[in-house]
This record gives sequence, structure tokens and C-alpha cells, in this order.
Amino acid sequence: MQDYIWLIPFFPLLGFLINGLLGKYLSEKVIGILGSAMVFLSFSTAVVLFFQLTQLDPENRLFINTLYTWMATGSFSADVAFRFDALSAVMVLVVTGVGFLIHVYSIGYMHGDRGFARFFSFLNLFTFAMLLLVLGNNFLIMFLGWEGVGLCSYLLIGFWYENPEYAYAGNKAFIVNRIGDFGFLIGIFMIFGYFGSLNFDTVLSAAGMQPEWVITTICLLLFVGATGKSAQIPLYVWLPDAMAGPTPVSALIHAATMVTAGVYMICRTSAMYVLSEVALSVVAIIGLLTALMAATIAITSKDIKKVLAYSTVSQLGYMFLAAGVGAFATAIFHLMTHAFFKALMFLAAGSVMHALSNETNIDKMGGLKNKIGTTYRTFWVGGLAISGILPFAGFFSKDEILWKAFSSPFGSTVFWAVGTLIAGLTAFYMWRMIYTVFYGESRVDKEVALHIHESPKVMTVPLIVLAALSTVGGLVNIPHYFPMFEHFLDPVFMKYINPAAFEASHGSFGLELTFAAISLVVAFTGIWLAKVMYVQRRELPDKIASSVKGLYTLLFNKYYVDELYDKIIVKPFVKVSDAFFYAFFDVKIIDGIVNGSAKIMDSIAGVLRRSHSGVVQFYALSLVVGAIALFGYLIFG
Amino acid sequence: MLETVLFFALALLAVTAAIGMIVHRSPVYSVLMLIITLFSIAGFYVLLNAPFVAAVHMIVYAGAIIVLFLFVVMLLDLRHESDRFTLTKFSRVLAFIAFLVFLGEAILLVKVAFIDGGLDIGLGGQVSQLGDTPSIGKLLFTAYLLPFEIASVLLLVAIIGAVILAKQNLKPSQ
Amino acid sequence: MPIEYYLIVAAILFSIGVLGVLTRRNAIIVFLCIELMLNAVNLTLVAFSNHVQNLDGQVFVFFVMIVAAAEVAVGLALIVAIFRQKETVYVDEINLMKW
Repeated sequence: MQDYIWLIPFFPLLGFLINGLLGKYLSEKVIGILGSAMVFLSFSTAVVLFFQLTQLDPENRLFINTLYTWMATGSFSADVAFRFDALSAVMVLVVTGVGFLIHVYSIGYMHGDRGFARFFSFLNLFTFAMLLLVLGNNFLIMFLGWEGVGLCSYLLIGFWYENPEYAYAGNKAFIVNRIGDFGFLIGIFMIFGYFGSLNFDTVLSAAGMQPEWVITTICLLLFVGATGKSAQIPLYVWLPDAMAGPTPVSALIHAATMVTAGVYMICRTSAMYVLSEVALSVVAIIGLLTALMAATIAITSKDIKKVLAYSTVSQLGYMFLAAGVGAFATAIFHLMTHAFFKALMFLAAGSVMHALSNETNIDKMGGLKNKIGTTYRTFWVGGLAISGILPFAGFFSKDEILWKAFSSPFGSTVFWAVGTLIAGLTAFYMWRMIYTVFYGESRVDKEVALHIHESPKVMTVPLIVLAALSTVGGLVNIPHYFPMFEHFLDPVFMKYINPAAFEASHGSFGLELTFAAISLVVAFTGIWLAKVMYVQRRELPDKIASSVKGLYTLLFNKYYVDELYDKIIVKPFVKVSDAFFYAFFDVKIIDGIVNGSAKIMDSIAGVLRRSHSGVVQFYALSLVVGAIALFGYLIFG
Repeated sequence: MLETVLFFALALLAVTAAIGMIVHRSPVYSVLMLIITLFSIAGFYVLLNAPFVAAVHMIVYAGAIIVLFLFVVMLLDLRHESDRFTLTKFSRVLAFIAFLVFLGEAILLVKVAFIDGGLDIGLGGQVSQLGDTPSIGKLLFTAYLLPFEIASVLLLVAIIGAVILAKQNLKPSQ
Repeated sequence: MPIEYYLIVAAILFSIGVLGVLTRRNAIIVFLCIELMLNAVNLTLVAFSNHVQNLDGQVFVFFVMIVAAAEVAVGLALIVAIFRQKETVYVDEINLMKW
């Protein structure tokens, strides 16, 4: 069966080809079913493989499927090979499982769109690239998938490219990602330079033999890639703008799967990260800062999708915090639960927008609770899950992260305290949105209000499934009692590491329970505060905002980071481009070379043209000269 | 001995006639010079144990082709030419240099291949009865049957083509 | 006689043919020179046929002759046709094969 791993990425590729090439001849129904079915086939294959994997001993849980040698030059060779171990299995199941639900949802959401076939072919292409990323057995395949998902992200953000703002958002995402990819690529070059191979097993098992500064540099460069793809400081700015894409895209790419690629990559190369305390600390601190910053911005945002986007950035920060304290299994655990509840919330937000003729401003919503009941209830589940309320999925993963941030040998009390604060902020801003959207009086435009309707079944069923997953998804890993998920993943992370280094250095079971109680209290406080401010005393928010006007403006304008980047990077770059790269380099040198070579050709041709005189004897002479040359070769050659 | 004398006599005749052909002012004489060369070549064929080829050579070339040439020369009423060589001196010199180099290389190739023994050609199977009519006929109608038939088609096509090209009233303007 | 002698005579005849093709202006003479070159090649074929004691070379000569006959028929017809149009047989005055 392990020879069939290639089927997993193959199905979406097939779907992409069929929908991409023949899409305009097919009906919406065929396209939607085909696109979803391909992902479902991948999912089924992955499930079968997953159960086969669990049959093996924990240490030997690894399938490798080598298709062919991609390139072999000198000492370098790279195979097209897929790797299916516990980590890949989790990622593949999340990508295809959540991906399938989102595909189904899209059938309803994109109904009637001009680019229906294009949308599904891109979505399938994305799934293909993402599966390459998580299944690749070497850095090259991983990078291929990495670039592929970046491309699809660009294509789908700018899906409605007629709107220049959306197209701009697509460009922004692409360019910011390029910066990160650049670091990633340099990191891969360094890996090849020092290890002589790009194969995961070869590189990771040899990581201990390299000097620490090499490992640190490689890890930091890889992390630059991760900050780009996973929207961390300083490269997070593209993700909020990426909400320009259709909502299922936001759910699939910019919440559940692609943006977690950075977390996956760090976990995949965990054997290197644990060797460098500097790199781990950088990862943890950046993650924590990003989580804090994004959470504070989310408090003031008025756009339903932007709130979710900043929330995603914030949750990704949590994952990096977990990875940064060496709790890789926990990071992946949170990745999974986050995929469930964030996909759920995005899709529910999409359902809200669907009901309100694509309105995204939460000030123009309100009182929707009874009008779109299913959407409301699923959104509510998502809100509880992300706030970390027992027994929803988010509680287990988030609490695990906070505990590890404190107890791990790389952790500290500060990590825990800030993390808990962010958990409170998360609960607050998420419930602020829920209360604003679903409770209180309706502030919907009159015209829109006439058309409010619940979404069709094809959209609500995925919502319900995701809501169920968000409810019970956390139960796969209950610390001390039922840590199945960790036990499943740990062999992957501990393969090249001494597990003893990861034993909790301090803290006890009792303390853990106390911490869990504290975070629960903090979460409830956040929800209660939101309720007070946005349901019971609606004048409070404005009062608070005007009393700390400076802070509010700062947050509302997202810390002016976009403006800052614009001023110190984009503007000078544009200026230099205009003055030097365009006016001098492009016009004078590039155009000069192009036009010059054309001119040289023209003059040569002007001379050679004379040889076409029509005088047959001259042609015959040329023939004789050729014969002479041939004879000369025969005699002297 | 006789063979050697014959060979050199024929060679001298052939080369002289060939040179005469390309330098003579009158096209009619050039054609007649070619006949002499072709006769000498027929003599070579006889010396090379190929009497049948020699006979066919005479029939086809002297009997058909050369007569055709003479017809055309006379039909077009071509007399002595004043400028029989290419007009620019440069092209003449260039052509002569090409001629010398080409000839030199050809002879050098023969020297390298045979006199220095650089070329190794194995001997074929048939030794006796070379060049007589029955054995060539046998070969033509067995191993080379298909090319032989195709050649007849080629000739047919050539006949039709020649007729069409030469037909006066087939100008496109009319 | 050793084969080299025949080959050298053939080479000389061929080269003379080349020289004629390159220098003569009269298309008919150019044609004659081409015939001479073909015959030089035929001579080498027969010489080799004798040298290696194999009749195939002589059969080849037949085919060369057939092609030469066809070529002469068509070629002379062309020259006649061109002469009717242009009133000349000088190749440097017939420069239709220009760019």
C-alpha cells in the first residue's frame, strides 16, 4: 500500500487538469462534484494509509514512496519521493479532510460565479501543492509545494481580479511571501552546502555533527520562510489583505492549511531546531509577539473577515510559541484543532456574508441570531472552541500550549503569562464579534434585510460537521489520561533527539490543573466583558475608545505597520526603481542590448543578403567550398 | 603493357577533350569534345572488365543524350560566344582556386586511401565472369528489381515533364 | 592497372566539370559539365566494382545513367522554355533565384 502514496496528491492534480482544461464545457454541478470527489478520494487514500500506519510499531511508522529520480548531477541527487509518517499523516488528513468540507461548501458559496470552474481548478491545484508540501521526503519537494501553495494563494486572493484592490492584495501576498521564500531558499542552499543532501532523514540525522552557528543560521533562515508563509512578524501584513479572496479560500488557505505550512516545516526540521537554543527562542518570542499584536488589532477591527484574519495570525503565533518551547506535538495539535474551528468560523462568516449580500462590516449586522439559526449555532461553537472553553477542541490544545510554555525547559513564566493574557483577548474579541453580529438590534441596511436567508444545505452541512469536529476534536489528546495524539506524533520528533531533554523541568500535575482553571477563568472573563460591552451597555465601547483615544487609534490603524513598510521599504524602492532601474538600467542597458542585438543582426543580414544574388554559379561555388571542407575533414580530420 | 599504353592514351584523350569542352567558344564543338571524353570513358569501362556497361554507356550518352544536346544547341542557334566565361575576374579567379584545391584534395584522398594503404576494402564474392550481360541482367531483375521498375516510372515522368515544359502554347499569360 | 589511376583520372575529369560549372555562362555548357561530372563518378563506380569484384557498382552506373537521361530531358526542356521567355541562355542573366 505504501506504493500508492502518490495517489494522494495525484487525485487533486487530476481534478485540476480536468476542471482547468475542460471546465468551460462542464456544468457547475459536474465541476463541483468532480473537484470535491477528487479531494475526497485523496482523503480516503490517506485514511487507509493512516490505519496501515497505526498497525506498525511506533518507532517504525514510516512509509516512503520513491517515484523517480528528479535530478542527479554530480554529488547531488533528488528523488521525487513521498514520506508518510505520523506528522505527514496528521497534516494530510487535516488538509484533505477540512479541504473536502470546504470544497463542498464552495459548491454553494460560489454558485453562479463566472469563474466557477477556474475556482475549483485552483482549489484542487492548491490541494495538490499542499499535499506535495506535507508529503515530500526532501526539502526540494517541500519547496516545490511551498511555492505551489504560494502561487495558488496569489491566484485565489486575486480571484476577482477585475477589482484592482483585490488584485493588489494578491500581489502584496505574493511579494511578501517571496521575501520569506528567499530566506527559505537560502536556508535550503545552506543545508545542501553543509550536509550535501536534501533528504530529510539524511539531514536530520546528521544535524548534531554540524557546528552550532551553522544550525542556528539555517534554522533562522528557514524561520524567515515560515514568517512569510505563516504570517508572523514582520511579514504578517499580507494575511489580513488576503481576505480579498472568496471566503472558502480564506478558510482553506488562509486559516486551515497553507498558513500552517511554516509550523509544519519547523516541526519537520525539529531535530535541527532543538540543537539551537537561539533559534528556538527567536521562534517562541516572535510567535508570542505576533499573537499579542494580532489579538490587540483584532479588538478594534470592524470587518468580520479581518477579525478572523488577525485571529488566525494570533493563533499561528500560538503554534510558533509551542514550537519555540520544543512542544512540537502540541503545535501540531493546535494546528489541527485550529484548522477545525477557524475553518468553521470562516465558513460561518461566509454564510453570514452570503445572507447579507456580501456585507462584511460588523457595524451593519446585528440581531441575526434567529434569522440564520444554523450559522449562528455553528459560529457559537467556533467561538467557544477558539476561546478555549472546556470541553471544546481549543481548550485542550491552547491549554497544552500554555502549560508547555511554562513547564518546558525552554519555557518561562513570562511566556505563560502573556499567553494567558492573549487567550483572554481572544475570547474578548471573538465574542465581541459574535455579540455584535448576532445579538442586539438589527443594523442591517433595509434593502439587504429583505433578502436575509439561511444558506443552502450544501453550505450548512460542512458547517455542522466542522462544528462537531471543533467540539470533540480536542478529545484525542487529554494530557495524563488520554495523550493519544502526542504518543502518535512523538516518535517523529524524538527520532533524532534525546527525549530526556524534553521532560518538563518544573511544574506538577496540581499546578497544571490550576493553570487550566486560570485560563478558563480568563476566557470566561473575556466573554463576559464582551457581553457587558456589546450587549448590555452598548455605549461603553465608544466611551472607552474615546478615553484612550491614542491607543484606540493606534490599534484601529493596525499599529501603522502598513504605512511604515510603505514609507521605509516600498516608497524608496519605487523611487530607486524609477530613477535607476527603469530610467537607466531598463531603458539604456536592457533595451540597449535588445535593440542593439537586433541592429547587429540587421547589419549582418544586410551584408549576407547580397549573397542571395540569384547568380547560380555563386551558389555552386559555395557548394564546392563545402565539398572542399568535407574532403579536408576526411583527409586531415 | 598494352593495357598501360591504352590507359594512358585514353586518359590523355579524355582530359584533353574535357578541357577543350570547357574552353571552346562554340557550343557545338563543346558538345563534340564531350563525345570524345565519353568515348574514352567507354574505353576505360572495357579496360575495367565492364563491356556491357561500356556498350550501354555509348548507346545512352552518345546515342541519346549528346544528340539531344546537339539538337538544342542547333535549335537555339547558338554560335561563337564572345564572353563565354563569367564576367568578373574575381569570380573566375575564385573558381579556379576552388578547382585547384578541390582537385588537390581529391588526389590526396586517393593517395591517403590507396597508396598509403589507409583504406581497407574487402574483396567481394564474385570473381569470374565480371560485367557480362547475363550476370548484370540477373542482378537487375532480382536484387534491384524494384529500383529498376521505379527508374522506368522516373523516365516516364521525365518524358511527360519535358513535353509539357517545351510546349510553346502553354505560357501562363495565354 | 591499379585502381588509383582510374580514380585520379576520374578526379581530374570531375574537377574540370566543376571548373566548367563555376565559370561558363552558357547554361548548356554548364549542363555538359554536369554530365561530365556524372560520368566521372560512374568511372569511379566501375573502377571500384572491378577492384572489389562486385557487380553492384555496375548496376549503380545504370541507375545514374537513367537519372542523367531524365535530368537532361527535363533540363534541356527548361532551357528551351527559358530561352523562349528571356531570349538568353546565359546563367548570369537568368537571376530569378534572387532573395
